[in-house]
Amino acid sequence: MQSDERRLDTGPANGVADAPSDDGAPVAGSGVTRRGLLAAAAVSAGGVVLARLPAGAQAPAAKAAAGAAATQATPAPVATAYELSAVPADPTRAPGPPTSALGARSPFETPSRAPVGIVAGSSLTPLHQLTGTVTPSDLVFERHHAGVALVDPARYELMIHGLVDRPTVFSLDDLKRLPSVSRTMFLECSGNGRGAFRAPKREMSPQAVDGLTSSGEWTGVPLSTLFREVGVRRGGTWFRAEGGDAARLSRSVPMEKGMEDALIAYAFNGEPLRPSNGYPARLMLPGYEGNACIKWVRRIEVANEPGMFRDETSKYTDPLANGTARQFSFVMDAKSIITAPAHPARVAPNVWTQITGLAWSGRGRIVRVDVSVDGGKTWVVAELQEPVLPLAHTRFRVPWRWDGTRTVLMSRAVDETGYTQPTLAEFRDKRGPGTDYHYNYIRSWVVEPDGQMFFGADL
Amino acid sequence: MRPGRVVPFLAAFAVWAISEGCDRGPLADRAEKAQRTLGSERLPPDVRPAPEPPARFDVGRPATAAEIAAWDVDVSPSGVGLPQGRGTPMQGAAVYAAKCAACHGGTGEGQVGTPPLGVPAAPKLVGREPSDSFAFGRDPKRVKTVGNYWPYATTLFDYVRRTMPLSAPGSLTNSEVYAVVAFLLAANGVIEQTAVMDSLTLAAVKMPARDKFVVDDRKGGPGFK
Repeated sequence: MQSDERRLDTGPANGVADAPSDDGAPVAGSGVTRRGLLAAAAVSAGGVVLARLPAGAQAPAAKAAAGAAATQATPAPVATAYELSAVPADPTRAPGPPTSALGARSPFETPSRAPVGIVAGSSLTPLHQLTGTVTPSDLVFERHHAGVALVDPARYELMIHGLVDRPTVFSLDDLKRLPSVSRTMFLECSGNGRGAFRAPKREMSPQAVDGLTSSGEWTGVPLSTLFREVGVRRGGTWFRAEGGDAARLSRSVPMEKGMEDALIAYAFNGEPLRPSNGYPARLMLPGYEGNACIKWVRRIEVANEPGMFRDETSKYTDPLANGTARQFSFVMDAKSIITAPAHPARVAPNVWTQITGLAWSGRGRIVRVDVSVDGGKTWVVAELQEPVLPLAHTRFRVPWRWDGTRTVLMSRAVDETGYTQPTLAEFRDKRGPGTDYHYNYIRSWVVEPDGQMFFGADL
Repeated sequence: MRPGRVVPFLAAFAVWAISEGCDRGPLADRAEKAQRTLGSERLPPDVRPAPEPPARFDVGRPATAAEIAAWDVDVSPSGVGLPQGRGTPMQGAAVYAAKCAACHGGTGEGQVGTPPLGVPAAPKLVGREPSDSFAFGRDPKRVKTVGNYWPYATTLFDYVRRTMPLSAPGSLTNSEVYAVVAFLLAANGVIEQTAVMDSLTLAAVKMPARDKFVVDDRKGGPGFK
């Protein structure tokens, strides 16, 4: 089947690393992962089964359509599913497939996450296959430490205890009864970019470089509402959140953040969270590193000190060049990446195209993105897609006409605090070549004379 | 809003606010705020501003002490949360050999060979290099271990009890956790081979890297840190 071949061609390849580090971000790789191929094959197989169902078996609406067709003297042949073999030469000359319960993608479009590891691993968002600012729900990156917890929403409970007047257990229905908030914001793993920093390869796509970031509309109840319900006591300066997964992943967060804008989120892009993103409920800390946004959150303890859990001491701390390590480095600083054109794209000379990408900052709005088409010697101001939302992926664009000579593209974000994305040299100098997490330096893309683009591994 | 409608509205609001058990500040302030939310907009006569939310919605049910105890396994650096039980490095060697060595190696050297498909390489647990500095930022080849990077011994207990072994988290008894923690601390040269780890002694252990961690000093604005 053609679509099988397409999936294998365009799936998790493009230089995505195959060796999960302990924090899930790829560190080195040899291209297509075996796991990725298995997963892609399984998805394709599922597609075949669906495609072979008779039209009437797919949905009541389809039965009705078939019945209506039968009343006609000569019913036209109707394709039953969106598969490549059903694509007619002229779609205006025959009715297409019937209505369906779920809206499938065009068989010509097969974006996919790039999974790395299974029990403890990550799946990277295909940034180079997406446009706009919102990540489709099934392409949001995942990162977990002991597999995806599968939680029965009827049995889900969130317990809040510790330095509170009324230790309380909330059901999912309880959470949904409370006034909700919806907010469009990014979520980024603080290990995003580790592979590009530690073991860069020219054959890395935007997905492989920075696929551990996604953005969209999160809905939930403000944590401050829940804290009012339980009555936080004087001295409750931290809260500790624990996940209901096999890692019981735990992080400590200052109470000010909980009162300011933290959410217990139960929906993304208009539907319940996907299991790999924390179904049925997770902590969301706007602008903070993804690890602190505890998925499957089941317990929050109000305390007078941090728990000093493994993922805020031995992990998710940032060794610095000066012989110390930065702790509780929550905020994701301003960052940007050109998503097109970029590896594995090839550009044509002397025609107008656009350079486009994403910029975001955990400290507020992006106010400017500079783009260079000469390796950083000169910069132009990119157009930002309005509305520019704080703490959200912001799309930038610059028209571009490549002159056919070897060059390097770069993007540089500036946020509303005046913070400017650093160069790789600045990053190495201040943090050190052995540093970890928060890899937000400027990304570069090389255009070779034949138009083939590569990640600017050491630029 | 016409003045004639304000008084009955405020009166109704006050009655509502009292009945809802409002306890956040004087009613006058709240009424003024409600009025202010109208701005200059003239509302139709049958429309009123939404009432302020109550201080509490009284959602959820009380958590019992037993429920909290069943879930709360946090262990703090102060020792709060450490359970009863005890273990020695020698006892821990047996636990380690049975439950940990298959992934972390016989002496805590880390993953031996290729891990099973999809399972992360088990990290190295033992080693004090570099003994003279904390050069992880400068040298990407440095490998973090319990002995050279973990700032708190209590974290080791907390983490092992929560998550290890990877295939059966939560299956070790508290004394087995104390023992395997004692084994790892002794193997890293942090405690004596004859030491006994319990709720008092473990909290008193000072890790070699304890003073290497600094508060995040990034604050946005110009300049890169």
